[in-house]
Amino acid sequence: MNIFFTVVVRDLRLALRRKTEVLSALFFFVVVAALFPLAIGHEPAMLRQIGPGVLWVGALLASMLALSRLFEVDYRDGALEHMLLSPHPLWLLVLGKITAHWLLSGLPLVILAPVLGLQLNLSADALALLSLTLLLGTPVLSCIGAIGAALTLGVRGGGVLISLLVLPLFVPVLVFGAGAVQALSSGLGAQAHLSILLALLLPALFFSPWACSAALRIALE
Amino acid sequence: MSQQLLEVVDVSCERGGRPLFKPVSFVLSAGTALHLEGDNGAGKTTLLRALGGLSSLAQGQVLWCGVPVAELAPNFKSEWLYLGHALGLKDELSAFENVQLSAALAGQVLSRDQTLHALAAQGLKNRAHLPLRVLSQGQKRRVALARLQLAHAKLWLLDEPFVALDSDAVLALQLLLQQHLAKGGALIFTSHQAVQLGVDLQSLRLQA
Repeated sequence: MNIFFTVVVRDLRLALRRKTEVLSALFFFVVVAALFPLAIGHEPAMLRQIGPGVLWVGALLASMLALSRLFEVDYRDGALEHMLLSPHPLWLLVLGKITAHWLLSGLPLVILAPVLGLQLNLSADALALLSLTLLLGTPVLSCIGAIGAALTLGVRGGGVLISLLVLPLFVPVLVFGAGAVQALSSGLGAQAHLSILLALLLPALFFSPWACSAALRIALE
Repeated sequence: MSQQLLEVVDVSCERGGRPLFKPVSFVLSAGTALHLEGDNGAGKTTLLRALGGLSSLAQGQVLWCGVPVAELAPNFKSEWLYLGHALGLKDELSAFENVQLSAALAGQVLSRDQTLHALAAQGLKNRAHLPLRVLSQGQKRRVALARLQLAHAKLWLLDEPFVALDSDAVLALQLLLQQHLAKGGALIFTSHQAVQLGVDLQSLRLQA
């Protein structure tokens, strides 16, 4: 289990010494959320209606930005070979990498979203719920995205390919994530949406490290 | 007769569906080394990677201490160490952090003193805490050698370990390999140079 934290700390440390990558994804999220009111107009009712969707799409695209580099760097400098040859189970190392990816590209979005939600005229309840859906949904994005990143490893133009592979799989998360906030504002409870998000998260957490390991072994052969 | 560690039986590899070399068989016992030779593209790296478990064998069997590798528990890998063309070192991390991390991945916990001592032995005493990107190619290889120096692994699989080293470092590496063999380790390496290890060196030439 120790090795899991070793890998998480390693990836966080690497990212902190290469700050531009993390910051550019965050900045992208902020810019996307800020562009919508400019383009669509500043009618409060309209903004309140599209707000959750805008923030969710922004979060989804922002979390994709760092995906292509999830395994790519380790692949190029040979560190991935050492991970495959490690006596530790590969899925545990992969889970560490996915966790670090979420801490860097998912968690900051969860924290930033309520602030950006304010400028989209969302109510306090909606903001709290939005953060909760992102908290449940962004780890799913990291888990599914990691499978895409592992499958396209070493492929030329892998970045575009990841988007094509992974975006359709992101759809359920998007539908239920953004839908939860809309359900709340239309008077229905968000309970069902949250349950489904959790039901997406658990199998994703369970299967993703395993699928990534298999894909990485194939990529390195 | 010393203990028999690795036995390779009738092994060959493919690349793109085409066999790379005629099947090879050899036995490595404790304290012996094998120099893998062959022209460019003969399949030296492929064979090393396949032995290390990174790719699959086209045919044949590998036995570790008499047991087929496929039947062993995964932790036997901590007794093997593979070092390829790519060193697996991170440019953003310092030499010190790199050595500790790659040891941790290989299932070995190093103390601060052990790590610093090994780096000092490779002539990197004053550079232990610099990020790796400011070091030269040869110095990076020396960081990898510091890692080797600390390894407990019994079998070392080294792909072109002498590349990019200055003459001092070549001597240091030869010494390191000799110590490893003297401790009862085994070694397979590829090199285009003639290597003196002071022990009887088997050599194997891969032929198409």
